Amino acid sequence: MHLLKYRLTKRQRDVLKNRQELIKAGISRRDLLKLGLMTSTGLLVEGLSVSRAFADTTTTVSRSTSQSCGSRGSSLCVISPPIQPFLDLLPTPRDGTWRIQTPTALTPAPTAAPNTAAGEGRTIAHQAFTQFPPQKFYGVTQKAGALRITSDPTIDPQNLWGFAIGTPEQNNPINVPGPLYVERYNVPILVRNYNRLPPEGQNGGFGKPSVTTHLHNGHTPSESDGNPCNFFEIGQFYDQHYPNVLAGINSTHPGTGDVQESMSTLWYHDHRVDFTAQNTYKGLAGMYLLFNDFDTGDELTGFHLPSFPQYDIPMVFNDKVIDPSTGQIFFDLFNLDGVLGDRYLVNGKVQPVLHVSPRRYRFRWLNTGPSRFYQFFLTDLTNLSATNTFWQISTDGNLTDRPYQVSSARVAVAERVDVIVDFTGKAGKTFYIENRLVQNDGQGPGDRGDIQLFGAGQGNLLLKIVVDGPVVNDNSQNPANITAFYGFPSTNVTPRVTRNFTFQNRGDWRINDKLFACEDIRFRVLKNSVEIWNWENEGSSWHHPVHMHFEEFQTLRINGNAPATSPLVQKGRKDVARLESRDTHRLFFRFRDFHGRYPIHCHNVVHEDHAMMLHLEIVDSGGDTNTRP
Amino acid sequence: MSQMSRRAWLGMAGAAAAAGLVGLPQLQREGRAATLTPRELIRQRNLPNVVLTTHEGEEVRFYDDLVKDKFVTINMVYTSCKATCPLTTANLVRVQKMLGDRVGRDLFMYSITLDPEHDTPEVLNTYVKTFGAGKGWKFLTGKPEDIEFLRRRLGFAWANREMDRNKDFHTGTLRYGNEPLMLWGAVPGMAEPEWVSECVLFADWPQNREKDRERIAQLKSRKASGAEGGASPTAPIAHGHGHH
Repeated sequence: MHLLKYRLTKRQRDVLKNRQELIKAGISRRDLLKLGLMTSTGLLVEGLSVSRAFADTTTTVSRSTSQSCGSRGSSLCVISPPIQPFLDLLPTPRDGTWRIQTPTALTPAPTAAPNTAAGEGRTIAHQAFTQFPPQKFYGVTQKAGALRITSDPTIDPQNLWGFAIGTPEQNNPINVPGPLYVERYNVPILVRNYNRLPPEGQNGGFGKPSVTTHLHNGHTPSESDGNPCNFFEIGQFYDQHYPNVLAGINSTHPGTGDVQESMSTLWYHDHRVDFTAQNTYKGLAGMYLLFNDFDTGDELTGFHLPSFPQYDIPMVFNDKVIDPSTGQIFFDLFNLDGVLGDRYLVNGKVQPVLHVSPRRYRFRWLNTGPSRFYQFFLTDLTNLSATNTFWQISTDGNLTDRPYQVSSARVAVAERVDVIVDFTGKAGKTFYIENRLVQNDGQGPGDRGDIQLFGAGQGNLLLKIVVDGPVVNDNSQNPANITAFYGFPSTNVTPRVTRNFTFQNRGDWRINDKLFACEDIRFRVLKNSVEIWNWENEGSSWHHPVHMHFEEFQTLRINGNAPATSPLVQKGRKDVARLESRDTHRLFFRFRDFHGRYPIHCHNVVHEDHAMMLHLEIVDSGGDTNTRP
Repeated sequence: MSQMSRRAWLGMAGAAAAAGLVGLPQLQREGRAATLTPRELIRQRNLPNVVLTTHEGEEVRFYDDLVKDKFVTINMVYTSCKATCPLTTANLVRVQKMLGDRVGRDLFMYSITLDPEHDTPEVLNTYVKTFGAGKGWKFLTGKPEDIEFLRRRLGFAWANREMDRNKDFHTGTLRYGNEPLMLWGAVPGMAEPEWVSECVLFADWPQNREKDRERIAQLKSRKASGAEGGASPTAPIAHGHGHH
């Protein structure tokens, strides 16, 4: 090809590629001239390349502090009817108001190979079925139901989609959030996941009844990972095998796995390509806890963390819009930036109430979005100037090296933060978990330097906590006296390759100027190798919480600096990188034990659906060293 | 459902939606005015009935004539756009070919101009001929204020006001949807045409699922074997490779 004689700039290469695309579509040279896209000497005008100017949009966007109003971009302003707060008790596993998943006999018995004849939608055999045979079997059924989100009588029961415990024949009610899985390391499980959602046309305005359930955080073989493209239809089921093993078990730490890779707080949610935001918003999300010999669930043993379920309470936060014209939750389908709600739910109830005893509690905080970023504070409305500290003990559900005393925690969509709050000596008081982060549209909380916090008591009061429970023994350890959890795995390893990823907007959502397709494998990672990845957010308006399935990473650098532990805890094992304006995060990854296809994607689920995502494949041998895939 | 005719199915879905029966308990509230059905809500919020003119000079109403009861794709372009539009339009020409005789029969493609002052029906008609957009794909223009209203309601807009005001930064996203089924999604208009086709078909009538799967499988195997029509992608620029 004679053009190789000339060294083309990247821009010229782009122009050439664009012209080839047009040629493929059959646009003649004459047409290009007529359209003003070509000069008479045959060269395309330079403008015909998707402009980098997208990245240069200035940061001087005026941000009013008026009430968030859906998405400004589409000028759709829906304001929910008022809902009286603090009427409902927070559903929790300790009293059965948040149901814990229980085993069920499964017929036909699960097999490594997909049981297509019986209606299984899975097409790939379980790669680790014989190595880690399931010891517990669950059924879960996705279907529609009506649930109250508040006792306020002016608000109807909501038509939601949720997970019911057991098989369809057992006909159990749905749960939103979904049933809580309480699992232990080295006890592999299998979940038979049934799709019994209503047929198309009966979705109440949004949602596609074609699903794939992803266990977020899970060190799960690809075929059970809930990949966006492994969806299954109404009437089918899909067996998901969760080995519940530590990373490294087939590689760096054979036979046991690396205890320093232990995870504690995971969640699961629908991940259907193009419809994740709608389906998750409609109720298809829940949590999954993993205990082991250190994080035991019993404050008398291990790290002595508050006992589950009495004093260890998971909390799922999300924001919703109730449409006054229908009385039902509304989802703005015609939106590219992100969707904000104006009513705040915890564990499926609007602004509920939790009663606690004057002792230490562990709270496991999860933000399921769709697009809002939170910063949680503990607020005492009778003493607004006080700073009420608590202890952060995890990042994305992975215990940190030790507890950190903080006054707040920022939680983007899909992030998890475990905290210990000490109510000792606070009998008779009332606190609120308050979100003080200002966010006016689905893009994010603002450009660097522009992020604002509400004053104490002026944010969103999400959960009311009343310290009026009985005085009880507290056998949990004071976090001030905990000097270590697990250490962090060493990052002092030469990577096989360092790769660079830029998350960008070019009128659509892209990674490295490329678009997503299910079949497109962008790069191949050699199983059991180490890689360093740089994730860059090219834009300033949008914040992107970017998630890699399957493995936890450690953050080496944020914009060139070591990750901090104050005022926000950035250091730790994570699986969601909160890319704020123009951030670059340098991340250390290992990819161990299992092979197959996994995605990287933004977890602002609206961006995800439009489709800020790519696929990689972990391969047993080979792998490429493409530094900008 | 598999044996039901599409018309019968449509009738059922329409009646069910109109009656507000969505397979779930409906609460009776005393003294409360009748609430909107979800389908009606989407129509009011996002599918305004503005008057548009097609590239063939026909006057149409957006909701009543173009979208109601239909399976559609919608994107926005303008003819003097030098960045994304030519690539998107060219790509969608390939998508249209892949979707075959469905387009114009029970799947309708719409491209709405972002520049109604310049893009008259005649200008759009020339654009259509240049790119070879086939039957069943309408390019549309209208009064500037109607187009702007429609643009915002369809969500082809950015929350970042500076970006939103500048046509250069308009989105190349293709929305696809099935109005009576209340299924709406989006895919970048410049993604691989086989993938765009597959996504568009996510909103298809459910009884077509098997046929859609076969069609997509065929497209993918054609792509894998490189058996695609058109010029070789390595043709050098200087030879002014034409099409015919």
